[in-house]
Amino acid sequence: MLKIEPRKNHSNFLEVSAPVIAVFLTMIFGGFLFLSMGKNPFEAIKLIFWDPIMSPTFSEYSRPQLVIKAAPLILIALGLSFGFRANIWNIGAEGQYIMGALISGSIGLALYPLDSMVIFPLMILGGIIGGVLWAMIPAILKIRFNTNEILVSLMLVYVAEQILALASVGFLRNPEGLGFPGSRDLSKYPSAANPELIANSGIHMGVIFSIIAVIVLTYFLIYHRLGFQIKLLGQAPKASKFSGVNSNYIIIFCLGLSGGLAGVAGMFELTGPAGLINIDFNVGYGFTAIIVAFLGRLHPIGILFAGLLMSLTYVGGELAQFMLNIPAAAIQVFQGMLLFFLLSTDLLVSYKISLNLSNLKTKKLKPFKK
Amino acid sequence: MDFSDINFSLLIASLIVAATPILLAALGELITEKSGVLNLGVEGMMIFGAISGFIVTIETKNPWLGFLCSCVGGMLLASIFAVVTQIFRANQVASGLALTLFGLGLSALLGQSYTGIKPVAFPDMHIPILADIPIIGIILFQHDFIVYFSIFAVIFVYFLFRNSHFGLIIKAIGENHDSAHALGYKVILIRFFTILIGGAFAGLGGGYLSLVRVPQWTEGMTAGAGWIALALVVFASWQPFRLLIGAYIFGGITLLQLNLQALGLEINVALLSMSPYLVTIGVLVFMSARRNKNSLEAPRSLGKTFFGL
Repeated sequence: MLKIEPRKNHSNFLEVSAPVIAVFLTMIFGGFLFLSMGKNPFEAIKLIFWDPIMSPTFSEYSRPQLVIKAAPLILIALGLSFGFRANIWNIGAEGQYIMGALISGSIGLALYPLDSMVIFPLMILGGIIGGVLWAMIPAILKIRFNTNEILVSLMLVYVAEQILALASVGFLRNPEGLGFPGSRDLSKYPSAANPELIANSGIHMGVIFSIIAVIVLTYFLIYHRLGFQIKLLGQAPKASKFSGVNSNYIIIFCLGLSGGLAGVAGMFELTGPAGLINIDFNVGYGFTAIIVAFLGRLHPIGILFAGLLMSLTYVGGELAQFMLNIPAAAIQVFQGMLLFFLLSTDLLVSYKISLNLSNLKTKKLKPFKK
Repeated sequence: MDFSDINFSLLIASLIVAATPILLAALGELITEKSGVLNLGVEGMMIFGAISGFIVTIETKNPWLGFLCSCVGGMLLASIFAVVTQIFRANQVASGLALTLFGLGLSALLGQSYTGIKPVAFPDMHIPILADIPIIGIILFQHDFIVYFSIFAVIFVYFLFRNSHFGLIIKAIGENHDSAHALGYKVILIRFFTILIGGAFAGLGGGYLSLVRVPQWTEGMTAGAGWIALALVVFASWQPFRLLIGAYIFGGITLLQLNLQALGLEINVALLSMSPYLVTIGVLVFMSARRNKNSLEAPRSLGKTFFGL
């Protein structure tokens, strides 16, 4: 019969190859999906995964877009991965992303049209604070009342969306906007704008920030005591308790980190690519980042590549939508599939499956020899 | 404030209709969770049930077939979850999230050409004699089949877990899968079954949403109803009758909020729209604060992966 045992020796090779296998499986099944829609699967896969980087006609537009879309995904997923390691499930990053953008946006709009060097740093701080505060709600409720953080953080996404709607038609609306919803364009307000640093590269402050975050958090996860405690809490909660790990502190830390990073991602998005606060400001980065975190195997370096790959499916998806008329929802299905395959291939990494035939055959008893 | 426009018996009757989708979804999740499986994909199964039921009803003009297919749709999605978590032993929380993302995407894809169409009306079944009782008749006995079904399902599930041998086996597996396995019960098989049942109920709830409650298809129309259903199971402490009460309270809040919006009160629309979610958080806090940490009524093996074969 099949036998599943935990692996004794950790295999780095499988750790890296499992996500690659999952991506290939998704391509194959995604190909069938496109085929069932009457599209040429090879052309669609090429458009999604190859053309945004390599095609001479599209890459000029697509490459910067790739970087722009990857930055928030990486930032949010980095924060989430720490919580996921400790079995603290913040799935409301979308809400924290919105709140970060709202707080930083409010600061920027309140100071408009003041010209000062401190406005942008102040807005970054506001983004972090907005995200952290929104994430503290599930954290404190979990510590104080043992409330399920999954449900609370998710419910808060819907609340944040309502506040966003309220802001864009109400208190943050552009007074010169002729009554249309939406705030002033912050990307056109020099003190608050987050412009491209190198022309046509897509690199803005948020991209720099996310690369720094990858480096700092890699160090933190491997060398810092707290990084070890987070891993311990997730893998052996009882052992961590006996060794004196304060789980309340870790709950605060993990939710605070993911909230802060999601908030700051919202801030960079608001002041750069999005420009203004409007009802449709959030596009689901907070949810896609969950896939990115798992695709990167909850490791900062892995998340860096995963974020770029997931961004590729977005940019390539738009291309496929434009060229082949493949709807955006198909890309969402594609991403969902990827997560399923990732989770399934996880079994190969942490467990050994062996075919044990010995108990099926009747064993011959050897005669006893003296 | 003018409340005289609101007819109270009609209000309560429509409250029951408003509550039925989350009641069905939550009841399915309750059965799944009783066997120790935490399926966070209720939202995805619900919306997929909503679109599959809707498409079939539009194409065949038969809402009964539509409801059947919304059940099948929910089960189809649940079967993916079952394979991933029970055969590939993947983390249940992550797989549930994946199911929600996948279901939302797939339903949006399938439903593209179905927005703005009205499905065939699903007839109400007036129960003879009882339906003519003045106030109670309107409230309780002039509904459609699915509403009656949902109430009977609650009663059925109550007796399933209280009086039946099969219910006992499900509970045993949910409390301690290793012991149940040692006693010779097929843990994986029975969990497979309860996951599928959970999917069928969630799908039916979704179908009710798109075929009766709204009745229309819009992308992302469940708007968190699946998550509220999950919260409801916690609220009900895994007990069917409390689930019924909880669902009707939630239905009431949703409806009251819509009615207040329609009345054009001075309260902000956004504030009203966020009220169901805020109430859910409040209820969760209340329920978790009331218990001390050791006596949670949750099945002991909830969310844990079983590695035996």
